[in-house]
Parts: sequence; structure tokens; C-alpha cells
Amino acid sequence: MLTVAFIAFMLFQYVGDPVTNILGQDATPQQRQQLRADLGLDSAFPVQFARFVGNAVRGEFGLSLRQGRKVASLIAERLPATLELTLIAAVMALAIGIPMGVYAALKRGSFVSQALMTISLIGVSLPTFLIGILLILVFAVTLKWLPSFGRGEVVAFGPWTTGMTNVDGWRHLVLPAITLAVFQLTLIMRLVRSEMLEVLRADYIKFARARGLPDRSVYFRHALKNTLVPVMTITGLQIGGLIAFAIITETVFQWPGMGLLFIQAVQFADIPVMAAYLCLIALIFVVINLIVDLLYFAVDPRLRVERTAGAH
Amino acid sequence: MKTIVSWLIAAALAAAASLSQAVTLRVSNQGDIGSMDPHSLNEALQLSFDINIYEPLVERDKNMGLVPALATKWIQTSPTVWRFDLRQGVKFHDGTPFTADDVVFTFKRAAGDGSDMKGYTNPIKEVRKVGDFAVEIETTAPYPILPDTLTTLAMMSKKWCEENKAERPVDRRKGIENTASFKANGTGPYRLKERQPSVRTVLVKNFNWWGKADGNVDEVVFTPIGNDATRVAALLSGETDVMEPVPLQDVERIKSAGFNVLQGPELRTIFLGMDQKRDELQFSSVKGKNPFKDVRVRRAFYEAIDEETIKARVMRGAALPTGLMVGAAVRGFQPDMNKRLPYDPEAAKKLLAEAGYPNGFEVGMNCPNDRYVNDAAICQAVAANLARIGVKVNLMSETKISYFPKILRRDTSFYLLGWTPSTVDSHDTLSSIMATPNEKGQGQFNLGAYSNPKLDELTLKIQSETDQKKRNEMIREAFKIHQDDVGHIPLHQQALAWATSKKVELTQLPSNYMYFKWITLKSK
Repeated sequence: MLTVAFIAFMLFQYVGDPVTNILGQDATPQQRQQLRADLGLDSAFPVQFARFVGNAVRGEFGLSLRQGRKVASLIAERLPATLELTLIAAVMALAIGIPMGVYAALKRGSFVSQALMTISLIGVSLPTFLIGILLILVFAVTLKWLPSFGRGEVVAFGPWTTGMTNVDGWRHLVLPAITLAVFQLTLIMRLVRSEMLEVLRADYIKFARARGLPDRSVYFRHALKNTLVPVMTITGLQIGGLIAFAIITETVFQWPGMGLLFIQAVQFADIPVMAAYLCLIALIFVVINLIVDLLYFAVDPRLRVERTAGAH
Repeated sequence: MKTIVSWLIAAALAAAASLSQAVTLRVSNQGDIGSMDPHSLNEALQLSFDINIYEPLVERDKNMGLVPALATKWIQTSPTVWRFDLRQGVKFHDGTPFTADDVVFTFKRAAGDGSDMKGYTNPIKEVRKVGDFAVEIETTAPYPILPDTLTTLAMMSKKWCEENKAERPVDRRKGIENTASFKANGTGPYRLKERQPSVRTVLVKNFNWWGKADGNVDEVVFTPIGNDATRVAALLSGETDVMEPVPLQDVERIKSAGFNVLQGPELRTIFLGMDQKRDELQFSSVKGKNPFKDVRVRRAFYEAIDEETIKARVMRGAALPTGLMVGAAVRGFQPDMNKRLPYDPEAAKKLLAEAGYPNGFEVGMNCPNDRYVNDAAICQAVAANLARIGVKVNLMSETKISYFPKILRRDTSFYLLGWTPSTVDSHDTLSSIMATPNEKGQGQFNLGAYSNPKLDELTLKIQSETDQKKRNEMIREAFKIHQDDVGHIPLHQQALAWATSKKVELTQLPSNYMYFKWITLKSK
């Protein structure tokens, strides 16, 4: 995390100078210089960095240069939007991707699974922003079924805001969630398919068949379970990726999440916001990887066995 | 299930009912309003929005003329003293009456720490209360355009600011938030109902407003939509009523879909500047001397640029080529002088040869790519034009946050810039762009340090000349000098482009301000 903070901070030296954005065109050079000094932007890089880390460990990220508001509260405001979007997208990707993958593996060569594979190839290769814009064009502009931007009505539960308690919120969620999910969905589907094909060739499947177990039991109890370990690893990593990819989706749909906040911060050289965002993303990645590692123990009995064996 | 359905129906009915009562205008813009504080940033979008909530003493009408707002009349009692009579019976949104104390307070706030409006308060020496509803403003020197300057200074409530610890605009240095950034209490036709930065900002009509609105808008919902394609889509799908700016390539599409596109020249003039100060250019193949010091070279550059083609191709017609450094709405504009030097690459080549560069030379050019309409593309066109007379331009296009610090340090040989005279008066352009840079802040954006003592002298005189006719003559003379010297190369005034649904009737100002009180939404 410290490394991320360090690298991030080093990059900030090159993003430009926020001072010209804070002061309008009529400010004098003296005013600009003064502001630069007051913001601590003129001190040496190590000094700025040390100051930043010192404040960050206390959870103090300072004031956004663009909005003049506390960075911590800005992020807290935006976090629910991004998490909701990511969660729905992840659920969508898993709930649709896994069955599709299984189907494509079982009915290999059939027309439907060929079609699924072709579509998935398109899904993997189309850039996110293009998918988003195409969806807007079709569902918002032409058909006028769904809204093209924003989060709609939100309800606040304490610090958490959600659009999931009303129809309007869900309507707003559909297009961005699909956009965000498409890549993950197709990735998961292709992964499940190839893993499944691999597993179906394994000896224990043949034995299971030979024992006369029904197909459903063979496929879903034995085969699918064994394909899930790599799928889990990838999904875990991808959730981190989802949050990062959300930047693009949020920009296209004007979704008021952290990604949009970050993009706006970059455009303004709003250093406190950028630094806090990158640190948070680093933290999220670390936490997700930890969870995935823990899940291995839950899913894979071999790991548990080895461990208890070691303890004896 | 049943309860959900009935609840939904009830909600739909309620929504329909509120629709039939209140006229809601939904506006989207490329960016969000920076702050609700009218003094925190001198930027068009923020000022334009905040002026619907907070009002100045003097404001502009639909023809950019001056009309009374919170001041009912003003007279100059001596060359440096003005008396403003204030409107009586005006109340802030919280019910506090508006008095001379608020005016005195506002000027102090606008001139203090954290304020970005100091450019407007600098000429002011003192503001005195001379009664509950009258103030005297004394300027340090005669300042005939004071009322123009005041159109951008919005009045705030002394009591409210003190109660909310908002006596100053937010100070980013101290790390303390400021109520005035996200709450508002003005005297204007609209009051702030909801503010969610970067998500939505909602204004509702102030029924106690002193004036009479031309329009019928009861509620305004402002949404920033950064992505061009999404902003266009939101308008086409009927989710917004007004949007700006319109991406130039989408103008035709929006029109053909049955929407209105309003285009008018903006106050901003786009021009090119050349380093005329250094003895050797920082970024050029010419060593030991500075070719831009020679007027023939500057003239050759001017004549080599095919502005008509830039207008037609790069700007898709949405530009007004200009020979002056100010646009038509600016006081001191000279219609008969607004002619560009003819586009003539042959003559330009000859001029270059005369100046001693028959084979041209190389020069670096700096250009922003996210500040003005198609800025980087304009620079590319200029580079291509100049290549025809043998000048090789090494173009450096970059984002405004790295571009501006660089050119403000004057680390440039050749650059593109846009300028809006914030007072809508030629003096602003003369003093910021054309006059020789000095310690007092003159020529601050004259980044190539073009210098002509005669023009400097005229600029000083224009600042304090009160006879409008004489003043206009002097402006004329100054512009003539600048044109003869080719101090800068003016290109065009970019067009403002707003798009609206057919229901909306509005007035577009060259200052790009959107007054919601002038907007009417027709029911279909």
C-alpha cells in the first residue's frame, strides 16, 4: 500500500498544476505563487510525500482542491454507488456466465453453443465505453425504455445511499450494470467452458458415469464443483478489476461513483482526491485477495487436510 | 404484491400531479458548478448558475446592456466616487431584509482571502454606507466601467454568512469546509433546494422575489454529464430539456431529430501569440536572434493562416473569423476594423524571404487540447498552413492543467489562447493581453510580451477616460496600433452552442450565462 501511495504520488508530480484551475483568469502571479506555497505544492517531493502519509494513516486526506470539501466524505458519498454497481455486475456475470459456460461445454458443437462462443468473443473484444454507448443508443434514445444517465432516485440509510429500493433506481442500474458485466460475463463463461471440458475428460467422471450416476449429478455435483476453484480465483481478481473498470462505465453513464470522482480529479489535478482514491483501491485489492485465499480453504478439502496433517 | 402495485400507482399519480403543477426545467452541462459560493471562482459556468440565486447590484439585459438589479440607480458624484441607491423591500431567501450593510460586507468578502473576485474589487478603494439603502463606492482612480464590473459581484447576506461561518469563501489551505460552498441564501429569483455535487443541483422558484420573471420555470434540475455522447443521448431521449455545450459534430444530428440548436458568437476571442521578448527563441531552429521580433515574420504568419478553412473544416462553421482581439458584443468593438489580413501564402513567403528566412524555420508551438472548442485541431490546421510557407511547427498539445502553468511561466515561443474580457469592455483585453507586462499586473496574459509604449499609454488613458466618445477614439487608435504591429494573430470567436427541446424558449447571451427567469417551457 505504501508502494502504491509512493508511485501514485510520484505520478502526481507530472499531472500538472491545480493552481491555475483554482484561481480564475484575473488572478495575479503573486496570488498564484502564494496559493502554491500555502497548499504546500512548492515544497520538495519527499516533504510532500511524508506529509501525505502522516495524514493518511490518521484517515485525514485533506480538502478536495476542486470542491473545497473533505476528501474522506466525498469518497464515503461515492462509495455506495460504485459498490452497488459492481456488486450487481458481478452477480450478473456469475449468474449468467456460469450456466452459459456449462451449457457451452456440455453441448459442444451445437448451434446454440457456437453462437454463444461467437457472442462471447465479441463481448471480450468490444471496449466497455463502446458497449455503453451502443446500449444508450438502443435502449435510451431509440426505444426510450431506460434512462441514459445518472442513478435516479436514491434513498439514504444513514451514510449509505441506495437506489435499489425503488423502481427508478433499478431502471437506472440496468444499462451500466450490463455494460460493466459484459466483459466479466464472457470471460467467466469462456473460463467455465474450458475448465469444464478439461474436467469432463478426467478419470473420476468416467468412473462416475460407469457407476451409472445420472447425468445431472455427474455434471453439476462432481464436474462443476471442480471447475470452480480457478473460476473463483479469476472472479476474485476481476472484482477488483470491476471496480477499476467502473471508471469507464461511470464516465459514460454519469454514474456518481468513485470512478467518476477520480476522472474529474485527474482533469483538475485534484491531488488529495486522486491519492485517497488510489490508496482505497489498493486496499480493496488487498482485501479481496485475502478473501479469495481464505475461500480456497472453504472449497478445496485438500488444503484443509494438509493443514490438519501438518498439525499432528 | 397488491400493496406494492397500489403503492406504485399512488407514486405515479403523485408524480403526474406534481408535473401538472410545477414546470420543471432539466439542464445538463459538460461540467458541474464548482461551488454555490458566488465569490469562490471567477469562472463562467459557476457565475452563470449562481447568479440565478444571488444577484448583483447591476445586471445585464438580453442585449448585454446595463439594467438595475439590487441597485435602482447610480450616479457618479465625483470622478472617483459613485453613489448607488439600493432597492428597498428586497429580502434574502431566509427572510432577512437586504440593506447597505450587506453591500459593504459583500465587497469586503469579495476582496478578502479565498475570494477569486479580487480582479473586480482591485480598482475599489472603499465602500461606504450612506444610509440603510444607499452606498458610496470610491475607486482608487477614475474608473468609468465600474457598473460593468459590478455585474459579476453577487450580493450576500452579512447575517447569514456570519451565522454560518462563511464570512470568507472556502479556504483550501486551512482544510475547513465552508457552508457557502453547498448552501445558498441570495435574493434572486431562484432558491437552492438540493445540492449533490456532480450528481444534481435543484433550484426552486422564489415566490418572494422582488422582480417579475419573463419565464414560467418553477423548478430547475441541473445535472452534469461529462461524456459528450451521453449528454446528447439524454437530450434526444427526452431526459433533459437544455444542454450545453453541443459537440460540433452532433449539431446536424440534433437538428434533424427535431431539436433546436442555438448558436451565437461567444465573447471569447481565440488568438495566437508569439514570443517577442527573448533575444533567442526557446524552441526554434533560429539561433542568436528572435524572428518574431520582426513584424514581417509576424505578418507572414498571419497571412499564411487560412482562417476561412479553419472555420469551415475544423469549426464546422461554428466560428466567427475576426480581425480584432474583441468580439462584437464588447464595448469598444470597431465594426469597420474587423477585417482580417487576406489569406495569401505567396505574399507570406515573400515577407519571410525579405525578413531573411527564405527557407522558413522551425518553431515549437504550445496548445491546449481540452480548453477551447477543437483547440488542438485548430493548432494542427495552423501548423499545416505554416508548413506551406516553409515554417515547420513542432506542435505540443496537452491538457490545460499542464498547459497553463507552462505558458504562464512564459515557457513558450508560439501559443494559442482564448480571452474573454470579463468586464465586457475593450480595456480588459488591452490591459491583460496587449499592454506591456509590468509589476502591477498589466499584460498578465500578454505571454509573448508584445510591447508598444504608445499602446501602453493609451491603455492607461482609456482606463480613466469618462467621455465615451473620446474613449472610443482611443480604443480605436490602440487597436490600430496593435493591428499594424501584428501584436497577436486573432483567429475567431468560437460559437456557443446550446441545444434545447422544442418546448423550450430561451435567450442566449454572448457571455454564456443562462438566466432561468427568462426561460419558458411550453406545454406540448
